[in-house]
Amino acid sequence: MSKTMPVELDKVVIRFAGDSGDGMQLTGSQFTYTSAMLGNDLATFPDFPAEIRAPQGTVEGVSGFQVQIGKIDIYTPGDLADILIAMNPAALRSNINWVRKGGNIILDTDYFQDRNIKKAGYKTNPMEDGSLDDYKIIEAPITSLTKTALKGIELDNKSIIRCKNMFALGMMYWLFDRSKDETIKFLESKFRKKPVLVEANKKALNAGYNYAITIRAIASNYKIPAAKIEKGIYRHISGNQASAWGLLAAAEKVGRKLFYGSYPITPASDILHELTKYKNLGVITLQAEDEIAAVCSAIGASYAGQLGVTASAGPGIALKGEAIGLAIMAEIPLIIIDVQRGGPSTGLPTKTEQADLNLVLYGRNSDSPCIVIAPSTPANCFEYIFQAARLSIEHMTPVIFLSDGYLANGSEPWKLPSMADLPEINAPQFKGSEQEFQPYLRDPKKMSRYWVVPGMAGLEHRLGGLEKEDITGNISYDPENHQKMIDIRADKVKAVANFIPEQQVIGATSGELLLVGWGSTYGSMLSAVKELEKEGVKIGLAHINYLNPLPKNLGTILGAYNKVLVCELNSGQLANYLRHLFPEYRYLQLNKVQGLPFKITEIKEKIKSILNN
Amino acid sequence: MSEHAIDAPQPKLTKKDFTSDQMVRWCPGCGDYAILSAIQNALPQIPEKKEDFVFISGIGCAARFPYYMSTYGFHTIHGRAPAVATGVKLANPKLNVWEITGDGDALAIGGNHFIHVLRRNIDINILLFNNEIYGLTKGQYSPTSRFGQVTKSTPMGGIERPFSAGELALAAGGTFFARTIDTNPKLMTQIFVESSQHQGTSLIEILQNCVIFNDNAHAAVTRKDHKDDFQLHLEHGKPMLFGKEKDKGLRLNGFKLEVVSIGENGDQENDILVHDANETDTIIHHMLIRMSPPDFPMALGIIRAVKAPTYDQLVEQQYQQSLEKASFQSVDELLRSGNTWEVK
Repeated sequence: MSKTMPVELDKVVIRFAGDSGDGMQLTGSQFTYTSAMLGNDLATFPDFPAEIRAPQGTVEGVSGFQVQIGKIDIYTPGDLADILIAMNPAALRSNINWVRKGGNIILDTDYFQDRNIKKAGYKTNPMEDGSLDDYKIIEAPITSLTKTALKGIELDNKSIIRCKNMFALGMMYWLFDRSKDETIKFLESKFRKKPVLVEANKKALNAGYNYAITIRAIASNYKIPAAKIEKGIYRHISGNQASAWGLLAAAEKVGRKLFYGSYPITPASDILHELTKYKNLGVITLQAEDEIAAVCSAIGASYAGQLGVTASAGPGIALKGEAIGLAIMAEIPLIIIDVQRGGPSTGLPTKTEQADLNLVLYGRNSDSPCIVIAPSTPANCFEYIFQAARLSIEHMTPVIFLSDGYLANGSEPWKLPSMADLPEINAPQFKGSEQEFQPYLRDPKKMSRYWVVPGMAGLEHRLGGLEKEDITGNISYDPENHQKMIDIRADKVKAVANFIPEQQVIGATSGELLLVGWGSTYGSMLSAVKELEKEGVKIGLAHINYLNPLPKNLGTILGAYNKVLVCELNSGQLANYLRHLFPEYRYLQLNKVQGLPFKITEIKEKIKSILNN
Repeated sequence: MSEHAIDAPQPKLTKKDFTSDQMVRWCPGCGDYAILSAIQNALPQIPEKKEDFVFISGIGCAARFPYYMSTYGFHTIHGRAPAVATGVKLANPKLNVWEITGDGDALAIGGNHFIHVLRRNIDINILLFNNEIYGLTKGQYSPTSRFGQVTKSTPMGGIERPFSAGELALAAGGTFFARTIDTNPKLMTQIFVESSQHQGTSLIEILQNCVIFNDNAHAAVTRKDHKDDFQLHLEHGKPMLFGKEKDKGLRLNGFKLEVVSIGENGDQENDILVHDANETDTIIHHMLIRMSPPDFPMALGIIRAVKAPTYDQLVEQQYQQSLEKASFQSVDELLRSGNTWEVK
């Protein structure tokens, strides 16, 4: 076989799409892992339906996986795909808008007959009606070729057809000049108890690879050289996994066991699945009977001296509100993870949104402030949840961690930290005598109570949701005392601003326009700023991770620009929050509530339209 | 943990050691006073350190209980005490955890947590104060109020059928159910001590009188002039006899219980059912729980106490198993396990 030199690309966006039973998530993650091993920088985003197995061949049942790999900094999974692999007409129809004009589309032609074309909602065959003229189409009878390749293997027809995702992956490996070794190792381990499946999948993978060479699927294949990445040991990590591991790290650091009470809900459940594997590290997970029991069990664990954590998505956080108020009142540590999804009500369970900011800032009875922290990349969920635990323990008050579906399921390479490099977490311990002890004595700087827990002799006391007298903790209905306690609880959260880093600005530190965002929009916003910089447009980016309290210098930063543009995946919640806190500035908005992340181009266009006005 | 977590030898504890300095604010004549006193008498008889007792309550009149105890206590939110208690017990299984709840707290707003804590069989003790009314909200009907009962929210009489806490507990897989009554301090103290020895969720229903909104709710059982005829004090291994002269008893007639008088119609004492609290089959326990005046006496004492693994024991067991299999001992090791790569 002659081999032409591969064409070198800086970066490429690849999208896998098929029926939700076709194994597209697995195919995508294998491609990703292999690319990471080759040293590419990358970011991924799975896009799957809420239905577990919607009817085969329908648009509703399509599952997709997008990955951007490159040799230069990759901050997002990419706006539009350079290459789409569509396993059936429905996958083509629901993904065609995610492919750039001129991009490549590989189609499994075995599925482009009348029945499947109609099922997908096409009136005419897209391969024949000219609707694909803007794209380079690679026609491949993937299913029948898989069947041919697996002839003679003792497997039923259904199992043979299920190997077609490996055939498709094999084609992609040739197209992008990747080795099959890592995937072969994976298959050997995954199916070690069923050697026939190892053989079948390997055969399909090799067949796809060889087929791509044979047909010269494209004039020459591509090479994506390794990125210049900081030295160190890396692994691939999703936001949910990083959140789980950050909690493990915090618990180990503070020397308490981790208690995780939660009720299954998309897209937060993977944190439960992850943490329950680490019983040997002292983790206790409780799959509670409902959302309220989940948070209450975590409160009980915190009260008894463990690091209590609960998690949910918006619908569950709404249910937990009263209990969060109890933790605020009792002044004990508690971490509440909100992996936001499209809403309101059940909304779009598998899609992303940033619309719970108001809920977590204000969604409880009375004046009941919480610390609110939002991670901004899948991997930095580790760092920020660690900080959430630190603040919750050291300040003895609940912290809400605002992740979202995009961060939770997205993934990227992560340079492994060392436990020794993580900051200390000091639980506020009472060191005085039994006689001096009072339940609402406070650390003078942080205003936190001391974490005195059942089992400590001589310090028995009562906590509860009824208003307590300052210092003594006795029930008090005294008007002045209530005012005082309301003020203390508010000041205690405000004082956290003295213990968090100042807001950083990327790009121009003053001038015409400042971009402000929070959470998972970081990648798109940073890419927009960097791309504009290359085009000679200099603007600033302040991406906020500490949402309550805000960094102390934020007001000054906002004042250093003529205009402020707040970008978020809701109808303007951060913008209104800033208007309320810093009414002296004018805020422009870029909002999108479609269950999808921002495209870089959307942000760039908005910036350009502002700057041109 | 601080220096206060030391294992110091303790002097013998008395009732006074469990009494807090807070003024008790229940209505004069409330049955809760007797329950509080009974538990303060019971705790010194339980071989635990004072600092290891924890009282967790929900909301309602009964839920003020922890403030009047000088142990660790947590007055939480309505209906959710079982969930908080679950977290406390799992976080520190050494603790002796008591949940204080009422008929509204446990069976209405907290119904879900109530059945699930019993199903899991977590080793805690639940004192359910059943006065068949909402007291703290001033007199609405509760899930145990009688059919037809006139209350503030049922002026024409209630049209809901009441729950039986005991039957609900059995259906949820409860391993321990006892019933006692606020007019019998001795029985209460005895049952509290015995329930604390049961491994698993112990549910103790206390028939409690609300003197303001539902006075005499349990009079059919408690009235001095006939209480012996309407209280059956069950003891494991003993025949189910009652009446002042212990001359009445329970017998099985087909699939139903019946009351017989010893000596009449040729009925002998050895025809009388012998109580077996340890029987795993729930049928007889259900029948005993369902009995009520005027046709039957009310069953008091430990009705059911069966052995089953507790949730906290199983958590500990899985922890030990996980230690045997673990391929990493720390977070640093975990981070570096599995698929990693080095960029040089």
